[in-house]
Amino acid sequence: METLNRLTCRECGHVYPAGPMQVCEQCFGPLDVDYRYDALAGRVTRETIAAGPPTMWRYRDLLPVDGEPPVGVNVGFTPLVRARNLADALGVRDVWVKNDAVCHPTASFKDRVVAVAVAKAREFGFDTIACASTGNLANSVAAHAAEGRLKSFVFIPADLEPSRVVGTLVYGATLVAVEGTYDEVNRLALEVGDRFPWAFVNANLRPYYAEGAKTYGYEIVEQLGWRAPVHVVVPCAGGSLMTQIWKAMTELARLGLIDAPVRTRVHAAQPAGCGPIVTMIKDDTDVCKPVRPNTIAKSLAMGNPGDGYYAYRTAKASGGTGEHATDDEIVDGMLLLARTEGIFAEAAGGVTVAATRKLVERGVIARDESVVVCITGTGLKTPDALASRLAADLTIRPTLAAFENALAKCWK
Amino acid sequence: MALTVRIPTPLRTITKGNAEVQAKGDTVAAVVEDLERQFPGLRERLVDEAGEIRRFINIYVNEEDIRFLDNNKTALKDGDQVSIVPAIAGGR
Repeated sequence: METLNRLTCRECGHVYPAGPMQVCEQCFGPLDVDYRYDALAGRVTRETIAAGPPTMWRYRDLLPVDGEPPVGVNVGFTPLVRARNLADALGVRDVWVKNDAVCHPTASFKDRVVAVAVAKAREFGFDTIACASTGNLANSVAAHAAEGRLKSFVFIPADLEPSRVVGTLVYGATLVAVEGTYDEVNRLALEVGDRFPWAFVNANLRPYYAEGAKTYGYEIVEQLGWRAPVHVVVPCAGGSLMTQIWKAMTELARLGLIDAPVRTRVHAAQPAGCGPIVTMIKDDTDVCKPVRPNTIAKSLAMGNPGDGYYAYRTAKASGGTGEHATDDEIVDGMLLLARTEGIFAEAAGGVTVAATRKLVERGVIARDESVVVCITGTGLKTPDALASRLAADLTIRPTLAAFENALAKCWK
Repeated sequence: MALTVRIPTPLRTITKGNAEVQAKGDTVAAVVEDLERQFPGLRERLVDEAGEIRRFINIYVNEEDIRFLDNNKTALKDGDQVSIVPAIAGGR
């Protein structure tokens, strides 16, 4: 990587030496890693990237990690699936699914951000890494901490599904179940981070953690043959992924790897029961009004999105918009993706598919334009979301006659 | 009306290193004014030119985000705890 070894506030421009730091001390704005783009231009080419490993680290020059990554060397470079059946169902010609449901090692895009965060935690000399999470982030932090020989603390709401809990404990993390909502857990974690000398992936490692998400955007462009799609539909919780996909595309243009300006329209997908970012976009206001989440898409249930303002700005800057999806629409979206493409996404993926469908119906996505649907986690961690809609079709005694009887009934 | 205000790390240089300070005021806005009297320079870090709480700062009264209450007009009573917390990114 080529960085200036400093962080700059995105809002007020205040500069700080590189280190563990959550926000600008002057205005509380987010801090960005400063790259030497002029030094990178010409040195990072399509060829140098293609010569790298088939992982997110093929973009290492554009990530804030020195030397070899200490953990997560196999993260990323997930399939970009040409989704012909889904395209038929949506009535659009050119649909692609960027499938981080199969991201190594914990089956969500969080592996990308955590791999960078853990590298930085080790570089800064921390022996403990922590996060507040209900699932995907928790799984990934625990797994990468195990690989990096760090202690890990994961703060979760106490009412979490057992499957999510096991998927964190298995890696040896200390799990702290907090009686409260996710937003309350997050707040507590911040206060804990103030008192204990730990690395918090989305607090004092935030400027670095966020950078890992860019690789999702780089991969989309490279896998499309160095072409930015016309549309990207992104599920939003805190709003960082949407912002970072856009940043990734604009960086590639800045480095001359794709045409500038980038014309991709970046759209936000959120549950109706927790959609403050989409509400900002629809109301065209840059003021985020927090909500109390009530949705089956638990991985998107952040009522107080930290990057909501920037997600809104990304939609505005790129000509994108947003859509809400109700719980029923989310389930329909999950089933549609599974039954057209054989991809079992978590509920957040159902939100994205549902939002894409609405954007097509509204005419925002024209039938002859390319669209990338962002799938960021697997459905296998939370099958309960679908349990009420799916039951075993045929239960029979172990005889051929019983099978034939049952089949006759179900075909009737 | 005496209450406790919890100060996040970035603002402790102004509060002489204190993570918790005492303040007076019957609304959040009044508490901000009182904090400014005690710790000059704190107000501009918390509110913008229009007097609104800055975009990247969350203020809680006891356990509740003031945007669910009455923003900086939120009424306070003796013994309330006010927390100033930077917006948190990412997650889940």
